[in-house]
Amino acid sequence: MPAFRIVPCLDVRAGRVVKGVNFRHLRDSGDPAELAVRYRNEGADELVLLDVAATLEGRLAMLETVRRVAEVLDIPFTVGGGVRGEEDAAALLAAGADKVALNTAAVTDPPLLTRLAERFGSQCVVLAVDVRRGPAGFQVTTHAAGRLAGLEVCEWVARAEALGAGEILLTSVDRDGTGRGFDEELLATVRPAVTVPIVASGGGETPAHFVAAAQAGADAGLAATIFHQARVRIEEIKRALAAAGIPVRLEERT
Amino acid sequence: MQPVKVVVVDSGVGNLPNAVRGLERAGAAVTVTDRPEVVVSARRIVLPGVGAFPAAMGRLRTLELDVALRRAAGAGAAILGICLGHQLLFEASEEHGHTRGLGLLRGQVVRLPEGERVPHMGWCRVEPRRDDPLLRGLASGPWMYFVHSFVAIADPEEEVATVPFGNTHVCAVARRGRVCGVQFHPEKSGEDGAVLLRNFLSEDV
Repeated sequence: MPAFRIVPCLDVRAGRVVKGVNFRHLRDSGDPAELAVRYRNEGADELVLLDVAATLEGRLAMLETVRRVAEVLDIPFTVGGGVRGEEDAAALLAAGADKVALNTAAVTDPPLLTRLAERFGSQCVVLAVDVRRGPAGFQVTTHAAGRLAGLEVCEWVARAEALGAGEILLTSVDRDGTGRGFDEELLATVRPAVTVPIVASGGGETPAHFVAAAQAGADAGLAATIFHQARVRIEEIKRALAAAGIPVRLEERT
Repeated sequence: MQPVKVVVVDSGVGNLPNAVRGLERAGAAVTVTDRPEVVVSARRIVLPGVGAFPAAMGRLRTLELDVALRRAAGAGAAILGICLGHQLLFEASEEHGHTRGLGLLRGQVVRLPEGERVPHMGWCRVEPRRDDPLLRGLASGPWMYFVHSFVAIADPEEEVATVPFGNTHVCAVARRGRVCGVQFHPEKSGEDGAVLLRNFLSEDV
């Protein structure tokens, strides 16, 4: 069984990391490549770069950012945010991304998952799902959680897996930014619906939250602010996971 | 340190740039080529690749890179296959039917056993079965990044390291003389992967 992965997420706009980056030891705290290497050195297993721009200029800047990160980073990274179609995804992969995450585009054009899986392999294709709790259960949202897609989450992830998604990035909109921990009930609900890895996202703040996510069936845990503000160290999280008997990648001190 | 010359074979399927970047970070001066005459005369060759075995093998044959790789191996070149490139070094694969491989390593490529999550994706500890120059300076269980759905069944005499998969172990590293292959992606495996690539660059040729 592969190690549980710790995945810091960088929100990028016009080539700069935004949202609460607070590192004192970086020359340029907004530089995605510098921050990426810093997280790699602290033990991150993988990174997610999220394009939060909505403009064409922003997209072109993102390709340049991906190229610069790929130049210096020797761990895998996923790029998501505003990937609208096959050519967007192809450009990001060609620029050096290991995987692309699709959210709204996959809901509006599900066969896109198949086209990408056939062209690049399903290991490159991540389905990002933003989930909100509602009276009818866990509901899929699109457009940065602004719209209900009219899909129940298990139904959607199972279909996406069959179409070619190789990983699920599962975000609880309700928990995002709350620091109350990952939504374990959501994870436990979705886990039996797919066999591909699930990355838990939204609300993780303490090592115990990551342990709970792993125990609920997640293969990885993603967070942003807690790492940017150095509230918790990646190694602390990994030590807690290891103590709970969950395999993690910890460098041996020799 | 002088850059070490490496020829990277363009098998026409994904992820070539990341392999090139990893080698450059490890100190290589990389030439990417799909020309057999460049491969034949190379002393150190990397065969990367992500994708399907039949398509990659078909392209190697069409460009006569298969012959060139065999001749280079016969002339004592150091060859490192990565992921699909590792699988191509074996005798044959059952991916989408039966396809003959380069035959530089003994064994067959088969689908990963059922009952576990496939693609097998993520960081795993590689378990060395014997000493090998590729693993020099690495801890007893280095962490490497894997992404694959097929795997080689290597000849026990050529199997250098394995990786746990469910209740079994599958081939992670194989070698025959100066021809070696790794199922994982050293260029995406952080410091442990970088050590392995530097070891390949310092092998005598």
